[in-house]
Amino acid sequence: MDIVSTFFNVDVLLRYYPLLLEGLWRTIALGVLSIVLGLIGGLLLAIARLYGAKPVRFLAIVYIDVFRAIPVLVWLVIVYYALPFLGVRLSAFASATTALTMISSAYTAEIYRAGIEAVPRGQFEAAQSIGLGSFDLMRDVVLPQAIRIVIPPLTNNSINVLKDTALASVVALPDLLKQATQAQALAANPTPLIGAAILYLILLLPLVRLVAVFEARYSRRGAR
Amino acid sequence: MSQPEAIISMKGVGKRFGKFEALKDIDLEIARGEVVVLLGPSGSGKSTLIRCINLLEEYDAGDVHVDGIRVEKGKKLQSVRQEVAMVFQAFNLFPNHTILDNVALGPVRVRKLSWKDARERARRLLDRVGIAEQAEKYPSQLSGGQQQRVGIARALAMEPRILLFDEPTSALDPEMVGEVLDVIKGLAGDGVTLVLVTHEMGFARQVADRIVFMEAGRIKEIAPPDDFFTATRNERARAFLDAVLNH
Ligand SMILES: Nc1ncnc2c1ncn2[C@@H]1O[C@H](COP(=O)(O)OP(=O)(O)O)[C@@H](O)[C@H]1O
Ligand SMILES: [Mg+2]
Repeated sequence: MDIVSTFFNVDVLLRYYPLLLEGLWRTIALGVLSIVLGLIGGLLLAIARLYGAKPVRFLAIVYIDVFRAIPVLVWLVIVYYALPFLGVRLSAFASATTALTMISSAYTAEIYRAGIEAVPRGQFEAAQSIGLGSFDLMRDVVLPQAIRIVIPPLTNNSINVLKDTALASVVALPDLLKQATQAQALAANPTPLIGAAILYLILLLPLVRLVAVFEARYSRRGAR
Repeated sequence: MSQPEAIISMKGVGKRFGKFEALKDIDLEIARGEVVVLLGPSGSGKSTLIRCINLLEEYDAGDVHVDGIRVEKGKKLQSVRQEVAMVFQAFNLFPNHTILDNVALGPVRVRKLSWKDARERARRLLDRVGIAEQAEKYPSQLSGGQQQRVGIARALAMEPRILLFDEPTSALDPEMVGEVLDVIKGLAGDGVTLVLVTHEMGFARQVADRIVFMEAGRIKEIAPPDDFFTATRNERARAFLDAVLNH
């Protein structure tokens, strides 16, 4: 047995790549959905944390801290295996989306908050002084400026969410990793695992590069 | 001249930052159309005082009324802020909007004008402050003097009855001070009420109806400018004037 026929077995790859692709799409669907929902949830949480009434603010802080502290895998397993005891039975895909979104929201909330706090106080005051309400103030003045600051860290967080999708294979979601381990078992050959790793890299490397590009661009422009 | 009613009324206003008393027992009535200049050493509370008028600073004692409405958090605050516009030392233009939209934004969001109408009006205002040809640029592309004139146009776009200026020329290179002061001079006597903090003494004397002199959070003297500059009886004011006029 040589290395090539063990790890890079073309026959095995040709036989099982449809399985891998199917898993890849599910991984992408799970990742994109969790990222988008996490971006929305995080923004609402950040605003609740910054401007909510005292109890709202307190709850937001508790949420953000708890979900940044809990391991993704632990929360995922709880959502999938523990919620049914409360009568809430979610599919593997729905469980994974819920768990990843809830945790991603906590991280993006902190990112947005840092971005909003980095907008100079004079911008808030100028907007208030012309009579803008808090919604217009956020939409027209503060968030457009904050977004520039938070694009690199938000992209970074999105990478983490995409990577964390692999944990969903634990709750039997046929994502890319799960499909690859299945194919590996069927073929009695690890080539599908290598194939999956390469697909993850193809998916994620450009994003990693993108963060570097964003960081260079926005730090240059941010130098006011 | 008949006695005009006060458009701004401050009674017993106090403000603390922690233990520090930035404003103490401020009583001040400002008439409709009046031009009032606040003078005083740095840290005497001038900024804090004018920021209480549109509640950028929340006072913790006394009352501030604008046009009969108490200035406080709540539903009526926004209507007060529509009447009271402010021009800032650091300009505080919105860097994510063009010059034109900096001026048009308030009328669109607050007065519910269409963008088309608001931009048309904004153009006229930019023309009035002498920078119509910069309309499509962004704030960072303008000189300080030009930015501050945009700041004034943005304030005027709300058609305020009261304009507050907090050291509008202090962040400017000396050669740009004149162009901004000229614009402000053009506003005096237009019926709009002006409350200004400035260190430009010649300008203050020229435009003010009254000078308010502050020190250590208190109003020490209120006088017409000629009286104040030539014959103040207040020892502190005298010392202040000696210090700034001999520089
Ligand atoms: N946000 C703040 N927190 C703490 N102290 C402040 C704050 N703003 C102003 N002060 C203090 O209040 C005093 C008056 O400030 P200010 O009104 O800005 O004075 P002026 O405009 O006359 O220079 C100063 O001693 C200043 O340090
Ligand atoms: Mg000041």
